[in-house]
Order: sequence, then structure tokens, then C-alpha cells
Amino acid sequence: MDQHHSESAEITFHHEPATGTKRIWKTFWILLVITIIELSLGLTMYVFHDLSIGMVLLIKGVIVILSLAKAFYIVSIFMHLGDELRNMIMTVVVPLMLFVWFIGAFLWDGNAFRTIRNRYDKSFQEQYEHKNVQPPAVKQDTAVHPLH
Amino acid sequence: MATAAATRTNWWNGGRSPFNVEYGKLMMWYFLISDAFTFGALLISYGTIRFSQNYWANPNEVFNAFPGAGHTNLPLAFVSLMTFILIMSSVTMVLAVHEGHHNNKKGVIKWLAWTIVGGIAFLSCQAWEWTHLITGEHAVLVDGHLSVMGQTVTHNPWGPHVSAAQVAAALPGTPHDVLVQLAHGANHTMSHEQLEAMQSPQLMDMVNKAVSAGEMHVQEPGPKAYGGYFYAITGFHGFHVTSGVIINTIMLLMTVNGVFDKRGHYLMIEKAGLYWHFVDLVWVFVFLCFYLI
Repeated sequence: MDQHHSESAEITFHHEPATGTKRIWKTFWILLVITIIELSLGLTMYVFHDLSIGMVLLIKGVIVILSLAKAFYIVSIFMHLGDELRNMIMTVVVPLMLFVWFIGAFLWDGNAFRTIRNRYDKSFQEQYEHKNVQPPAVKQDTAVHPLH
Repeated sequence: MATAAATRTNWWNGGRSPFNVEYGKLMMWYFLISDAFTFGALLISYGTIRFSQNYWANPNEVFNAFPGAGHTNLPLAFVSLMTFILIMSSVTMVLAVHEGHHNNKKGVIKWLAWTIVGGIAFLSCQAWEWTHLITGEHAVLVDGHLSVMGQTVTHNPWGPHVSAAQVAAALPGTPHDVLVQLAHGANHTMSHEQLEAMQSPQLMDMVNKAVSAGEMHVQEPGPKAYGGYFYAITGFHGFHVTSGVIINTIMLLMTVNGVFDKRGHYLMIEKAGLYWHFVDLVWVFVFLCFYLI
């Protein structure tokens, strides 16, 4: 093919480009459908605001997995990583696996901050509890105000 | 790819790219990995702070505006539009790269131009979103009186909701000019001048009525970190979109001037494409963390 004459000598095997755009548009529709499902699940959580915490977590978990699926399609097909040599794919994907530890560890830490602070800082725990909060007493306005 | 021949090849003996890709493309991938960790760190630290709080705003109550729709409650609508725009621009970018593979200069120009349009459209949407949030006037109960604040790096009006009784008790301690702002938010038919001329008890009445009717919501201030994280992360992403638009524009000009024709390949477009898709990918996760979950 003419296009490869001026490509550098780095390339040993020339990848024949796809003739049509079918794969691209197919991936677009997949991404669109996944996004619509994510948005529907998000709206479901909004409309049915009395769902149990377990149900909410389940829906959020599904949304996260759908987003990871979108990431897979974008990286593999749009960015063509899926067409590269397996060893190169590994040099990209393996370091990113650090995120599994990263996310788990830091969200666990954040939750630990909350638990421990609630245990030792009563004002923090009561800050946003509204079960028995009395409306604030009417304050005497003792500040000096400029004449209106 | 000729995998049988690939396994017989001595990839690491020098004289060839060990991964059969040009150096620039491989380095772009490794840069994107580093950028992924930067965004990942920002988003994960946001998650840590969010998990450390007892209360966090419901995104469907914060992000429910749409340009031109006034005060209509439309959760997730605007951000869906922004996501769709960015996905579309990613598709047009892939198509531009595809045309580059076939050395079709006209095709590259067409799809690259659409990608730039998509990028600018996204940035415009983000600018509207920021403006709307920063200039929003929300009633907040602070220190026993009412105040009006928008969402900024230092102020967060999205705390737990306050009861009508608490609002009624907090109104007497509220300065007149704030009462005017609150009454204006409660009643859109009267002008600012009319409201300013009214006495405080009358204004308090208007606010009390609106709160009891459920038309007006008063909240406590929310966790301070909210604004900082939102603007930092969406801003950093917006910065990437901006630089992507600039890079794509340069690519377009180079294409128009026949630079790639002369080289015989459009590999540069492919590298710019990798950057653009990365920007789209980051948005998928920013949108996930701030608006969906």
C-alpha cells in the first residue's frame, strides 16, 4: 500500500485498515444504549427515593459496571488498543490494575474517617441529624446595623 | 495482524519497534496512563472525602437545571446532553482517523471539523453549568438567620433541608436586603424595586408562605469540600477539552495545508485521536462520580 512507504522503519507488519465504518457505528450505538440505561437507572433512584440502602447500592454498582463497559469499548475499539500486540496491551492494562487497590483502599479509609469521627466527636455526629432538633431560639438582635 | 509471523519475529533485538507501533503513539499511550492516574487520584480523593461525611447532597437536587427552561426541575437532562455531545465528538474523531488511514484528505477535514465543533459545544455547556451554579441564589440557614449563597469553592448551599418552623424562627434575625433577595426568589412577579420598598414583616410573610407551600427550599450549608472538588475536577477536565480542541484545530490546519499528504501518512491525527478519546473517557467517569452515583 502507498501509505506505508513513508512510515518509518519501526513498523515490521503493516496493519491493513478496515474498509468500512461499520464497526465504528456499531460501537457508537452500544455506547449510546449503555449511557441511556445508566441514565434510566439514575432517574429510577431519583423517582423512587424510598428505596432501601441495599437496593440503592445495587443500582449504583450496576451503573459503575456499565461505565467500566463503556471504558472497555472506547479503549479497545475507538482507541484501537484491542488491535495492538498483546504485550503492548499488557503494558497499558496491568499498571491500571493498581486502581482496584487504589479505589478500595481510599474509600475504606474515607469510611473509617467517618466512623471514628462519629465515635469521638459528638458534634460531628449530631451535625446533620434532624430527628429531634428544635428550631433555633429567636436571637435578640444586638448587632449594630447601618440605618437603612 | 499476522500473529504467526509476529511470534516468530525477534521483537527485542533492536532495529524495529518492539510493539510494532511508532514511537510517538506508544509514548502517547504512556502519557495517557499518567494522566489517568492524575484524574483517578482526584476522583478517588473526592470519593474519600465524600465517604468521610455524614451528609452529601443528592446530585439530582443540585444539577437539575437546563438552559432556557427557567426553574423547571430536569435532573440529569443537561448532563445527558453534554455526555451525548462528547460521545458524538469521539465518533467523529474515530471517523477522521479512519479517513486518515485511507489517506482521504477531504474526509479527514470534514470529520475533524465536526470533532472541533463538538468540543466547543461541550465547553459552552460546561461554561453555562458553572455560571448557573456560581450565580445561583439559594436560601441557606446559617447561625440562626437566613442567607443567600451560590455554589462556590468556599460556599456550599446544599446541606440538609430545614423545616418551615426553623425558617420562620430564623427570619426575624435576617437583614432586610437578604429578605428582599429571598422574597424575589419566592415571588417572581414583583420587581426588585417593589420588594425593596416593602417592610421586613411583609417580606417574611412572603417567604414563610413560599416555604410552607413547598415552592421554596431552605437548607443548611453542606460540606465545604463540595465546590472545591467539583470545580477542580470539572475544570481540569475542561482544561483537557480546551487543549484537545486547540490540538485538533492545529491538526485541521496542518491537514488543510497538505502536511500529511506530503508525509504520506496521517499518524499524527491518530495520536491526537488517542488524546481526544481519553478526554471522553475521563468525562464518562467524572459524570459517573458527580452526577450519577
